Amino acid sequence: MSEILRFATAGSVDDGKSTLIGRLLYDTKSIFEDQMEAVEKTSEKMGSEYVNLALLTDGLRAEREQGITIDVAYRYFATPKRKFIIADTPGHIQYTRNMVTGASTADVALILVDARNGVIEQSRRHSFIASLLRIPHIVVCVNKMDLVDYDEDAFNKVRDEFREFAMRLDVPDLSFIPVSALAGDNVVDKSDKMPWYDGPPLLSHLETIHTASDRNMVDVRFPVQYVIRPMSDEFHDYRGYAGTVAGGVLKPGDDVVVLPSGFESTIKSIDTFEGPVDEAFAPMAVTIRLNDEIDISRGDMICRPNNQPIVTQDVDAMICWMDETQTLSPRKKYSIKHTTRAGRVMIKDINYRLDINTLHRDEEATEIKLNEIGRVSFRSTLPLFVDEYRRNRETGSFVLIDEASNATVAAGMILGESAG
Amino acid sequence: MSYELSHLRELEAESIHIMREVAAEFENPALMFSGGKDSIVMLRLAEKAFSPAKIPYPVLHIDTGHNFKEVIDFRDRRTAEVGARLIVASVQDTIDKGRVSEETGARASRNRLQTTTLLDAIEEHRFDALFGGARRDEEKARAKERVYSFRDDFGQWDPKAQRPELWNLYNGRIKMGEHIRVFPISNWTELDIWQYIADDKVDIPSIYFAHQRRVFERDGMLLAENDFVERMEGEDVFEETVRYRTVGDITITGAVESGADTVEKIIAEVAATRQTERGATRADDRVSEAAMEDRKKEGYF
Repeated sequence: MSEILRFATAGSVDDGKSTLIGRLLYDTKSIFEDQMEAVEKTSEKMGSEYVNLALLTDGLRAEREQGITIDVAYRYFATPKRKFIIADTPGHIQYTRNMVTGASTADVALILVDARNGVIEQSRRHSFIASLLRIPHIVVCVNKMDLVDYDEDAFNKVRDEFREFAMRLDVPDLSFIPVSALAGDNVVDKSDKMPWYDGPPLLSHLETIHTASDRNMVDVRFPVQYVIRPMSDEFHDYRGYAGTVAGGVLKPGDDVVVLPSGFESTIKSIDTFEGPVDEAFAPMAVTIRLNDEIDISRGDMICRPNNQPIVTQDVDAMICWMDETQTLSPRKKYSIKHTTRAGRVMIKDINYRLDINTLHRDEEATEIKLNEIGRVSFRSTLPLFVDEYRRNRETGSFVLIDEASNATVAAGMILGESAG
Repeated sequence: MSYELSHLRELEAESIHIMREVAAEFENPALMFSGGKDSIVMLRLAEKAFSPAKIPYPVLHIDTGHNFKEVIDFRDRRTAEVGARLIVASVQDTIDKGRVSEETGARASRNRLQTTTLLDAIEEHRFDALFGGARRDEEKARAKERVYSFRDDFGQWDPKAQRPELWNLYNGRIKMGEHIRVFPISNWTELDIWQYIADDKVDIPSIYFAHQRRVFERDGMLLAENDFVERMEGEDVFEETVRYRTVGDITITGAVESGADTVEKIIAEVAATRQTERGATRADDRVSEAAMEDRKKEGYF
């Protein structure tokens, strides 16, 4: 069992998201007395009748003043089984970029649906973002079961509706839990009010979700991050390639090829501070030494001769635009950061812009604005070593940076090589 | 062989990735070191990231002059061990140069003055990236801060204009005069830090363990008797068995009553505690709901 589980939640004020997170934190004793006192005091000052658990996560002055969540907040709690990292994001459409950010590293997406309202536009949007960012597991909490008398039919109706819609998305693992965040039913402890539900409560489910097979253990990908040369008497000839494994399993003795040069060698050793190791896999940070002296620098990629990424300058990708000061349009140039490789790209074409509520594709679109998602093709000055995002989140993702403002303007998920 | 890492090894790998990324992309980084447990773990991670080479950046200590002697001794010993260059920027020098003036009265502290010393040091040494040991579980404003936190010409943090940060792709591009504060242990919690110290047998200053100390009580906190704080009426000194949960300026860092004299006992205590470490032990964070956010905007750590 991988001990860290990263999950993303998105939601707005009314759907009970803050109450649910508040309950997970509170019932796992992850909220401290002084935090609770501060929240109680502030709730009272703001004239709220109940303790507003959203204040636990809304850390910025502007957020508290306006009573809204603006940005991604990271929260932490642990049980004896696992450490959890929550990326808590606002749910409204104007915060799509924040949801995308929170989703980029998540293993699980937690989606809340109000049992009374069923699947609404917002649930569709959140599910789409989760599937676009390839979050492998989606857990739908059908919330406010207390307001529908814990009725099985109400739950089944929402579940069936959601399943039907999710068939249009690519979701490998989808599960449903009937909960009442307010009353605590099926959050940490199993509810006795819904005997018809034979699954686990939310926390047990999160504790046991199997995530190890979500990582790519097949395609060896090692983006070289930094070259270690001690230049000391003791390690006079040491030359190690430091980096984080992005896929596959590497072992000493393995045949490897280095991109872009194409030179082949074998792995001499895989070093760590504690000494050499027998194998390395994602997300280990190690240092690799090869048996041949080859010129290798940051941005190069070590992989297996018989399993190489696509080497290309022409890429098709889905992108989410994140900048409010400008829009994306053909002919514009940006810096790209892809694995440890940096270069420049020019946008060639906007294939379509997606309406993230209806999934309608607008093929006439000429620009992509803040919080919009679309399919584009671009050409890069340097060859990139890419995989489809759906196959590898590390080698399939990139960000675009504006060269004048240095702002991160887009997040991209690679679909493959474009027709050039 | 199962292809899974323990939570500490996964956190470690993430931090090492960030430290190497900075070494590769910046001209002139430095690692801020206070002698506190978080910066000690950070120094340990840096040592691992570049092994068998030495850490390719200097260690920077912002010295308020109000120190625990044990911590300064530890700082000198540990930086010598890892072979890092130590740069000490002193708040006293900043005061002597007339850049800031010392607060007066019983509650005087040099906490806020440190910001000027830090920003002066950044300018003098032309640092373009500074590692800090802040964690997101510490404080609400920090929960929203990026791993790469952009600072403008004045060292200011603008929480509303943060760069989106996705996957493990960090945007370190800056213009002349700007810099990035880098927080490689953002995703660690207080408990993770202690478990790592236990797991890795990381050396820490003795004041983290239970010891006898002459203290006085102020605002519900136990402050060490020291030469830098005037005691107010009724603040009588008494002897107590205490330890420190955080290590900072001696004038504002509170001790907690504790008999925990081993790392294992500290972990048990941390796991059971119902107070955040900053709330329990830092006078500087108690000023207001947004105390940390406001100081960070000015260029604080």
